[in-house]
Amino acid sequence: MIALLRRDLQLAVRAGGGFGLGLAFFLIVIVLVPFGVGPEQAVLARIAPGILWVAALLSALLSLDRIFALDSEDGSLALLATAPIPLEGVAVVKAAAHWITSGLPLVLAAPVLGAMLSLPPPAYGTLLLSLLVGTPALSMIGTFGAALTVGLRRGGLLLSLLVLPLYVPTLIFGAEAVRRAADGLPATAPLILTAAISAGTFALMPFAAAAGLRVNLR
Amino acid sequence: MLAVRDLACARSGVPVLERVNFEVSSGEVLILRGPNGVGKTTLLRTLAGLQSALAGEIDLPEGESAYASHADGVKAALTVTENLMFWAKVYQRPFDPAVLHAFDLTELADRAAGTLSAGQKRRLGLARLGVIGRRVLFLDEPTVSLDGFSVRMFADWLRNTHLATGGCAVIATHIDLGLDAPELDLTPFKAAWDATGGSDEAFL
Repeated sequence: MIALLRRDLQLAVRAGGGFGLGLAFFLIVIVLVPFGVGPEQAVLARIAPGILWVAALLSALLSLDRIFALDSEDGSLALLATAPIPLEGVAVVKAAAHWITSGLPLVLAAPVLGAMLSLPPPAYGTLLLSLLVGTPALSMIGTFGAALTVGLRRGGLLLSLLVLPLYVPTLIFGAEAVRRAADGLPATAPLILTAAISAGTFALMPFAAAAGLRVNLR
Repeated sequence: MLAVRDLACARSGVPVLERVNFEVSSGEVLILRGPNGVGKTTLLRTLAGLQSALAGEIDLPEGESAYASHADGVKAALTVTENLMFWAKVYQRPFDPAVLHAFDLTELADRAAGTLSAGQKRRLGLARLGVIGRRVLFLDEPTVSLDGFSVRMFADWLRNTHLATGGCAVIATHIDLGLDAPELDLTPFKAAWDATGGSDEAFL
C-alpha cells in the first residue's frame, strides 16, 4: 500500500498538474473575489471564511476525476483489483495521495490568502486547523464519487453533482469554525465536528468506494 | 492446480458461456480459442475474480493467481524498472533484474515507459508476470503487438521459467505460441439465449 502511495505521488510530481493545478485554481478564485464584491474590508472579512472554504471545495473537486480514471484507462485498475491489496486499501491510498497533492498545499497556502481577504489575524490558526482536519474528508468523499463514475465517459460532471452535496456538512462546520474564530468566539466545537466528519468518512467511505469499483470493474 | 466445473459467466448481465469444464495441472498451459465475442475475455476475468460466476465452481489455490489484460497497466511517467519495482512491492516480492533480460528490456531499463513502442510496452507488461511470481496466470491476448522474435521469447520464458517451476497458465490467443499445449474451443459452450434468465440485473 505504501508502494502504491509512493507511486501515485511520483506520478503526480512527474506528470505535473497534480500539485500545481488545484492550488493555482484556489489562488485565482480567492484573488477574484475582491474584484467581484469590492475592496471594502469589513465585507471581505465577513465573507472570508465562507469563500475560503467554498474555494477549497471547488479546487478539491477539480482533480477528483483523475483519481481512478488514469488507472482505469491504462488497465492498472484491473491489475490492482487482482493484486494482493484489498480494494478498500486502494481507495484509502488514492484518497491519501489526492489529499497530499491537492489538500495539503491548500492548507499551507490558506493563511496567505486569508490575508488577501482581510481575515482577522486571530482566525488564521483556526483556518489552518479547520482545513487540515476538513480537507481529508473532501478527498475521501471525492474518491468514493470517483469510484462510482470511473467507467463513465465524461463522468466528471456527474461526479461533481454526486460529490458536492456530500461536502455540505464539512463546509458548514469548517466555515463555522473559522467564522467563530474571526469573531473572537471559541471554535473548538465546530473543529471537533469537522474532524469527526473526516474520521467518519475514512472509516466508512473506503468500503463504499471499493464496492463502487467492483461494480464498475465487472 | 486449477479446476473449473460447470462454469457459467456473463458479460454485462448477458450470459455468454455455460457448462465450461476443464482442468489445468501444474506445468501445463491451456489455450482458449474461439471467434471474437465468444467470451474468452469474460471467462478469464471470471477466473481472475474480477467478476462473479453465474454458476459453477472455480477451484484454485488462494493467492496464487494473476491476470494480464489487453491493457498493460504501464505508467508512462515511470521508467521501465520503476514500473516493475512497483509491482514487485505490491506483491511483496524481491525484484530480480534477471527478468529484464528475459524480456529483452535490459537496454530500456532506465527509459520512461511513455517513450516505448507498443511492442516494447507489451513486453514490459508481460515482464510484470515474471516479477510478481504468481503460479496461475490468466493471460488475455498476451502477444498483441509483439513481433515474431518477442513472441518466441515470451513462449520461452513461459516454458523454461514459469512452467518449469510448477506454474500453469490459461491463455486466450489467436496465434500459435509454439507451445505444445491443449486447446479449448469455447464455441460449443456458448450460452443459449434465454428470455427469462440473467436479465434481472438490468432492473436492480
